[in-house]
Amino acid sequence: MAMVVAKQLKKTYRSGDIDVQAIQGVDFTIQPASFVSFVGPSGSGKSTLLNMIGCLDPPTAGSLQVVGKDISNLNRQQAAKFRGEHIGFVFQDFNLIPVLTVFENVEYPLQMVQNWPREKRRKRVQELLEAVGMGDQGHKFPSQISGGQKQRVAVARALVTNASLVLADEPTANLDSTTANHVIELMKKMRDEFGTTFIFSTHDPRVVNNAETIFTLEDGKLLQGKGGNHV
Amino acid sequence: MFNIFKLALRNLRRYMRRTLLTSSLITLGIVAVLLFVSISGSFKSMMVGQITDSMLGHLQVHRKGYLASIDNLPLDRNLKGKQIKVVEEALEKDKNVAAYSMRIKLGAMFSNYTETTNIRLNAVNPEQELKTVPMLAERMIEGKKEGLVAKGEILVPELIAKGMDVKLNDSIVLVATNKDGSVNGQPFVVRGILEGISGPGGRDGIIHIDDARALLRMEDKEVSEIAIRLKKIQSMKDVFANLDTTLGSLKNQMDKPVFEVHTWEKLSPFFNIARMIDLMTLFIKVMLVAIVLVSIMNVMIMAVYERINEIGTIAAMGTSPNKILALFIMEGFLLGLLGTLSGVLISLLAIGAMNISQISFDFGRQEGLLLSPSIGVAEVLTVSLIVIAIAVLASLQPAWKAARMDPITALRHV
Repeated sequence: MAMVVAKQLKKTYRSGDIDVQAIQGVDFTIQPASFVSFVGPSGSGKSTLLNMIGCLDPPTAGSLQVVGKDISNLNRQQAAKFRGEHIGFVFQDFNLIPVLTVFENVEYPLQMVQNWPREKRRKRVQELLEAVGMGDQGHKFPSQISGGQKQRVAVARALVTNASLVLADEPTANLDSTTANHVIELMKKMRDEFGTTFIFSTHDPRVVNNAETIFTLEDGKLLQGKGGNHV
Repeated sequence: MFNIFKLALRNLRRYMRRTLLTSSLITLGIVAVLLFVSISGSFKSMMVGQITDSMLGHLQVHRKGYLASIDNLPLDRNLKGKQIKVVEEALEKDKNVAAYSMRIKLGAMFSNYTETTNIRLNAVNPEQELKTVPMLAERMIEGKKEGLVAKGEILVPELIAKGMDVKLNDSIVLVATNKDGSVNGQPFVVRGILEGISGPGGRDGIIHIDDARALLRMEDKEVSEIAIRLKKIQSMKDVFANLDTTLGSLKNQMDKPVFEVHTWEKLSPFFNIARMIDLMTLFIKVMLVAIVLVSIMNVMIMAVYERINEIGTIAAMGTSPNKILALFIMEGFLLGLLGTLSGVLISLLAIGAMNISQISFDFGRQEGLLLSPSIGVAEVLTVSLIVIAIAVLASLQPAWKAARMDPITALRHV
């Protein structure tokens, strides 16, 4: 079963009196455990596409299946539930909750979204923190760790729920080269270890070069791909 | 729920200064309300106690129309034998009645053999009167308190005693006109001097009821009023309703009501002061509600605005809108709770301190009244619950806004 299947997917925004066609009928398929990158200039529709895949924004037309489920018509509660069960997010600014420790940040989706029992939850969080090399930093607050470490924590948080799909919007934009490479390596390792599909929206060539499938977007249309179904 | 509680608590700690400032404002409001309620309540209950326990009793029964002309102390509107019996029977049946006292109220000329003045008198059965208004004896600033008054004795109000230069054991004469217009005089020995207090009857002299009957040449056992003391003042409304129904329904041959029943509230002008105090208390409570509403709403609006990105993040992770709503409501609740708890604590300590330091004050002609503020658990709970409920209410709009926030817009917010 494909991880993401989009057919004639469209998204139109109303901006003032003008309708803006952010995505203009794209078709693509993403296979499980793949490392996919959406690239393109600013305003090409990368983030819009990622938002639609992440159930944050419903499509205007077309169909979109994620993890085998048509997510085109989910309401707010259903979309939130679906995200909590299947999708992890990694953000450019890390978006860790400042009042929670590293451990608690990773624990958050299990505790507040999936209601795991305490012991099982703590074991899982520690496993993930170990996997991203932050096993001994759980007690620290986000303000006490570096940018690279924050992104590692964000990756752990995205994966802790056994999410089959992780959406990463410019995950390396705020990191230096070395740290960015480490984070990319980490995500690849996680993909290999947990079979998670990673989808990026990025300008960063380091991420693009590591992607197995590349979709290039321009003015809301798919142009070409590497290793995927668009060349 | 515990997770939401923990997260809300951490967020309040994150903005510690703001949390402390807001909760201090609530604390200040709570302290103002509770101290005002306790002090005004103490003053009110003291005054009410003084009025009911040393003058009026809790309720009074008169013949219909007596109260309207009480300033003239009419003798032709007294209750008579059969009527008194009906009232007695009704009172004996009521288990809430602790005691009652028959009184004749009359006006007389008071002479010390050199000067004459007028005096209002309460003629009582001492035994009944002490049971009905037990603090009456405490108002005697001179003289023997035991037994209150015997036949041939008079308790002279302080002002007349001073004005007429009358002292204990002096002989005086009372001259009164009865309802038929016949004038009669009788000598009395000054048994005691009575402290004057505010309110009706607060400056009346006291004689024995048998002396009044003799002075007025009453052949029947008439009384002007029957003062009633209840076991608990809280039952006053019930007893009043009961007596009003029982006695108020009785009619004479001309089909007109025979009796009128009144609570002390109707009889004393202090009740209006008490109502004014209640109104001020209500006003202060409304102010408190406004303070809580505005401060919590302001803080919560700020909290939502400052954490838009964070709201987007937790929404993206799958946190349900209901949980986001609960998170912000919990923050408002905790702010209210913090302010309330510290406010209640400070108020109780202040009330305790005031009681220990024995603060006294003057009210009218009364000096050295002891301020003994106290507050009931019910009042504390009511104020606390109102504040906490308002805190939650004030958080609703910002919390709703946070819960309904579009995750994408929120995540884009810088």
